[in-house]
Amino acid sequence: MARSRSGRSDRCSAKGSQPLDENGAARDAAERVARRSYGKLVAFLAARTRDVAGAEDALSDAFAAALAEWPARGIPASPEAWLMTVARRKAIDAARRRKSGEGVADTMRMMAEELEEAAARAAEIPDERLRLMFVCAHPAIDANIRSPLILQTILGFDAAAVGSAFLVAPATMAQRLVRAKTKIRLAGIPFSVPGRAEMAERLEAVLDAIYAAFAEGWSDPAGIESRRRDLAGEAIWLGRLVTELLPDEPEALGLLALMLHADARRAARRSADGRYVPLADQDPTQWDGGLIEQAESALMRAASFAVVGRYQIEAAVQSAHAARRFSGYTDWPAILGLYDLLYARTASPVVALNRAVALGEAHSPNEGLAALDHAAEDARLADYQPYWAARAKLLAATGRIDEAGQSYERAIGLSSDPAVRLFLQERRASLAARH
Amino acid sequence: MQYMLLIYTDEAGMSTASKEQVGQMMAAYGAWTEAMRKAGVFVTADRLQPTSTAATVRGAGDKTKVLDGPYAETKEQLGGFYIIEVPDRAAATSWAARCPSVAFGAVEVRPVFAM
Repeated sequence: MARSRSGRSDRCSAKGSQPLDENGAARDAAERVARRSYGKLVAFLAARTRDVAGAEDALSDAFAAALAEWPARGIPASPEAWLMTVARRKAIDAARRRKSGEGVADTMRMMAEELEEAAARAAEIPDERLRLMFVCAHPAIDANIRSPLILQTILGFDAAAVGSAFLVAPATMAQRLVRAKTKIRLAGIPFSVPGRAEMAERLEAVLDAIYAAFAEGWSDPAGIESRRRDLAGEAIWLGRLVTELLPDEPEALGLLALMLHADARRAARRSADGRYVPLADQDPTQWDGGLIEQAESALMRAASFAVVGRYQIEAAVQSAHAARRFSGYTDWPAILGLYDLLYARTASPVVALNRAVALGEAHSPNEGLAALDHAAEDARLADYQPYWAARAKLLAATGRIDEAGQSYERAIGLSSDPAVRLFLQERRASLAARH
Repeated sequence: MQYMLLIYTDEAGMSTASKEQVGQMMAAYGAWTEAMRKAGVFVTADRLQPTSTAATVRGAGDKTKVLDGPYAETKEQLGGFYIIEVPDRAAATSWAARCPSVAFGAVEVRPVFAM
């Protein structure tokens, strides 16, 4: 599949006489609208034809043209109608160029017909993106590919951009995406929003996929790599979309609150000279108060349904941390209580780790260490950098300096973020001073 | 499965680093290597002398020539390698991402031909 789609970091052809950053803003705005309209049309076509790859093919040239033209010429009054007109013309051309009977020609003809029908009611194209998200996160689709699939189909990111976000080579990612789309078609995965009985479980898969995209974007807090920085923003946008399309789902609101809380602290995670600042040392005045308020209101609305879930609890933990900006202290016993609740539901080793840290703060470092030892029975923590960093901090607090040094050493060796690595090296060096 | 991690960095850039930066880098390499040993993936590794010490032997027609310098003039130079034993490429790239040189250069991940 040769596509001319490109991520924003590739394109820097500033045209016109506007200053560069203004031009950049215009380009970003055009790209955002193009992605939203593209996703809506892919979802619409795919829902009618059950052919996700075919829908993307039918729209890819139009989408590339939009990315190229809109920044310079302005966003059309009806972006979806513009894309459809171009796509329909291309689909008809492609169908004509090939002999009938060829699979591609048939697909293109079918897509052209669908676009024809859609054009007749261009003003009100039904929003099928939710259905498409449920397809992408269907139990028949491998859990690891759900998030990339949503980023590609709903937001139009190419395999290279998605691959770089998930640390997978572009060709490998492209292959996995194609395989997943073939499976959607062959397995006849229904384009439908699940009913009440299935909703909670199926929605959780969608939310997990969105959160995976957010977490990947979040792993580049310095925002050095623009694709990753954008990814967290795109995940928040997807989270908002789900809460708009399913306004009464408390877990969707919980996930949105969780992501907004984390995003509110983005700037505070780095000092002016680019050093890593852990949460405990962050200056709350650096947090984004507007985002925290949005997070709090989403969480309050979620709570009004009185159905607790994993994302709401995680958001509540973040809310408790955020409360420090008014109270001046962190309510560790409350956070510990939330992690107890979360661990009872998920039994995740990472939750066990966070619970042990909270226990260390709320009660004593020794109790925290005992809980950490218990958590470490899960082998998945052995190569997990935050586990060793947490262990080092607790060991240092109990005066076991040599062991703390060894744990810091392990954490340093496992970190992939240069700022975090330097921070851990400095913590390790400061231990020596205590000898 | 064995993978070789080939580490490419800018030699000129590294030679202008401060003593403190070099110390930090060496310590980070020590920690990374030790983490791989503890994880049971480490097979072997070596650091290479700079490319100014290199000689390249190349056949030209029916003669064999020895040239001073590396095989190719590039912006970044091969400075060392690791061989690790991991289940798949995803595991190999995730260890490569933890290499302290990634921030300043590149690490190529290549499966070793199984004999």
